[in-house]
Amino acid sequence: MLLQLVPKDPKFPFIRFHKIGFAFSALLILGSIGLLGGKGLNLGIDFLGGILLEVKTEGPADIGEFRDRLSGLGLGEVSIQEFGAPDDLLIRVQRQEGGDGAQQEAVTIIKDALGDMVSEYRRNEVVGPTVGAELQEAALYAVLAAIGAILIYIWFRFEWQYGVGAIIALTHDVISTIGLFALLQLEFNLATVAAILTIAGYSINDTVVVFDRVRESLRKYKVMPFPELFDLAINRTLSRTIMTSATTMIALLALYFLGGSVIQGFVIAMIWGVIIGTYSSLFVAVPTLLYLRPRRGDEDEAPFAEQAAPDSNS
Amino acid sequence: MLNFPTWKKALIGIICAFGIIYAVPNFFPEDTFEGLPDYAPGKTMSLGLDLQGGSHLLLEVDTDTVITERFESTEDAIRRALRGERIGYTNLSVQGASVRFGLRDAARANEVLSLIREIDLTLQVSEDNAQFAVTLDEQGLAEARTNAVDQSVEIIRRRIDELGTREPLIQRQGAERIVVQVPGFDDPEALKSVIGQTAKMTFHLLEEGSTPGVAPNSAPPGTMILPANEGGGNYLVERRVRVSGERLTDAQPSFQDNQPVVSFRFDTLGARQFGDVTKDNVGRYLAIVLDNKVISAPVIRDAILGGSGIISGAFSVQEVGDLSLLLRAGALPAPISFLEERTVGPGLGQDSIDAGRIASIVGMILVVGFMVLSYGRFGMMANAALIINIMLIVAILSALQATLTLPGIAGIVLTIGMAVDANVLIFERIREETRAGRTPLSAVDSGYRQALTTIIDANVTTLIAAVLLFAFGSGPIKGFAVTLSVGILTSMFTAIMVTRFLVVTWLRSAKPKTLPI
Repeated sequence: MLLQLVPKDPKFPFIRFHKIGFAFSALLILGSIGLLGGKGLNLGIDFLGGILLEVKTEGPADIGEFRDRLSGLGLGEVSIQEFGAPDDLLIRVQRQEGGDGAQQEAVTIIKDALGDMVSEYRRNEVVGPTVGAELQEAALYAVLAAIGAILIYIWFRFEWQYGVGAIIALTHDVISTIGLFALLQLEFNLATVAAILTIAGYSINDTVVVFDRVRESLRKYKVMPFPELFDLAINRTLSRTIMTSATTMIALLALYFLGGSVIQGFVIAMIWGVIIGTYSSLFVAVPTLLYLRPRRGDEDEAPFAEQAAPDSNS
Repeated sequence: MLNFPTWKKALIGIICAFGIIYAVPNFFPEDTFEGLPDYAPGKTMSLGLDLQGGSHLLLEVDTDTVITERFESTEDAIRRALRGERIGYTNLSVQGASVRFGLRDAARANEVLSLIREIDLTLQVSEDNAQFAVTLDEQGLAEARTNAVDQSVEIIRRRIDELGTREPLIQRQGAERIVVQVPGFDDPEALKSVIGQTAKMTFHLLEEGSTPGVAPNSAPPGTMILPANEGGGNYLVERRVRVSGERLTDAQPSFQDNQPVVSFRFDTLGARQFGDVTKDNVGRYLAIVLDNKVISAPVIRDAILGGSGIISGAFSVQEVGDLSLLLRAGALPAPISFLEERTVGPGLGQDSIDAGRIASIVGMILVVGFMVLSYGRFGMMANAALIINIMLIVAILSALQATLTLPGIAGIVLTIGMAVDANVLIFERIREETRAGRTPLSAVDSGYRQALTTIIDANVTTLIAAVLLFAFGSGPIKGFAVTLSVGILTSMFTAIMVTRFLVVTWLRSAKPKTLPI
């Protein structure tokens, strides 16, 4: 007997609940924007500039002692946290006033102050204000360009209604992921941007599969009302949607628990992305088509033989 | 979709064989395949700095300094020419982008024009009412900037080579930036002190009659006030460079009277210049200037004609070693500043490799098990394709000599999860067709046919995101984009070609009445 995550011929009335989905999504987006405005993002040194040191100590680290030694240096905000293990600390120091050279001087001051408390400098990242600003810009362009390019591709392959639906779902996923980072105050860095772009790819992948089935069904069943037809398309692809999410999630969980602390933030974003990407394909992308009303396909392309076909009896 | 002509079978075979042959070296110790010719498989993926440990630095060359120096030396040359011909001038100075001065005797303007031509033909002179403005050729200035950056790359390369690290990458980026990547080097401070110092050494005479360590508040024309390298005090030094550090051919650390010193040797021209200046100025002080600081200013006792000498100062052994290295490698044409620095220690790198390896293996086993549970025999065929897929990714990354980074490993693990997507699409479609009452052959045929466009559309969109990631990303992120893109392409190939081939072959030989799916 083979494992089936989804019953054989599912008939969930997704469309009937689409307004609840819309309300939930609207809440999610408004909440995300609110969090962005309120708490804001915990931007990493990639974007702000500043210093990040990962250090190892002999035996469990005395965070209080570290804090004492670093707070008196006049370097501004210093954050110290345990990183994966009790003898592993992550030290973040805010960007220093006075341009690119000032960051370098601060590192020397910090290393002098810590002295023999540190047995190994595992990671040493210094980003000056110039590069930080540039990376911010590049990241923004990357996300916008990705959304734009995907929109154009979908438009080209489908109809504009699908393109708009896909982009709404995609933007929904991107904004809510950023919202999650604001809520949890996870560090938002270059890797996060990479994760967001990957989420964009994954989410669109999912949406395209369902849209493909919607388009196909529109050609097959010329008279079926939209809500019924969309339900059919979603249910027919539901098994695949869940299976792919499950295998991807399995791989991501393996990475989360075993892949080490350095990429954990990246993996958290991805895990959220798989969940929200799957949700948005079903509850945002397809229901949006209800209002955009895509055309019913080309009359010539749908042979009558297939119209009567498999689905009436199953 | 059920027919496989011979050429197609051959192609699938060749590609899979390529995958295995090129992937295999990655699973053996590094030196197993040494000695093979370059074209033979045996290359492995190169590990990014975040995995093998190392330093990544982004530098900016301050090319404005080069331009300023150009103007200053032009000013200096004009002054010497005018003095040489005893032409009276006023207000000679650099103002904005030109050197300006006035003449006391307007009648000698033509003489001045030809004098300036003699200095440098590319200088552009405009004269108005005995007021001169000399500007430098725009194109020449632009070239000077470019050269300064190119030279810096070369000098930094020499300095890093002296450190004896393996395979450093030193590359120009954009107009004024240089990327330096030194694998396996985990002392960024030492690296920066070697790279960052301009190390411009020049020999000047102290202004006649001035005492070492004592300088007036303002420098008379043609001189400058420089601070001492160690301790306090200022020196009043002639602007004119008597011998430049470029003329050094060698510099080595050594000892004199138990003090660490640097002994140096000039080339022929340098030796002659040094000989001349010491011969003509016995009794005066010779200032040895490094990066606009006076290291020492010994008195000239005798002409030094051999072309070699020593630099003494309050040096430690370490400083003498570094200074010798810097003098051997040459001076940077302009100061540089560090914009970005990322160093990963070897310990963290190894931890990341181990974590990545375990996560990949566990992720793979779980996905493989899940596929068998869900699709039985078909799941196993998908798994065979998945393993070939991983081999192909590793093979392509090795052949391209792409860099594997930690996010890159994440990309591979993610691909494991997503690679089965195409197969899942197809299998679900086959299930559907089977339920609709089709025969096994026709269900499989129709399943592949229907799923194909969906697979392509879905993957192209992900590929778009990956390509943009590559275009905008940097370092480790680029590595992630590469593995993701390669993974998407190979997973399409394995799902559409390899799995289909396995399924079709099995169908033809077993001729099942129903599909076990």
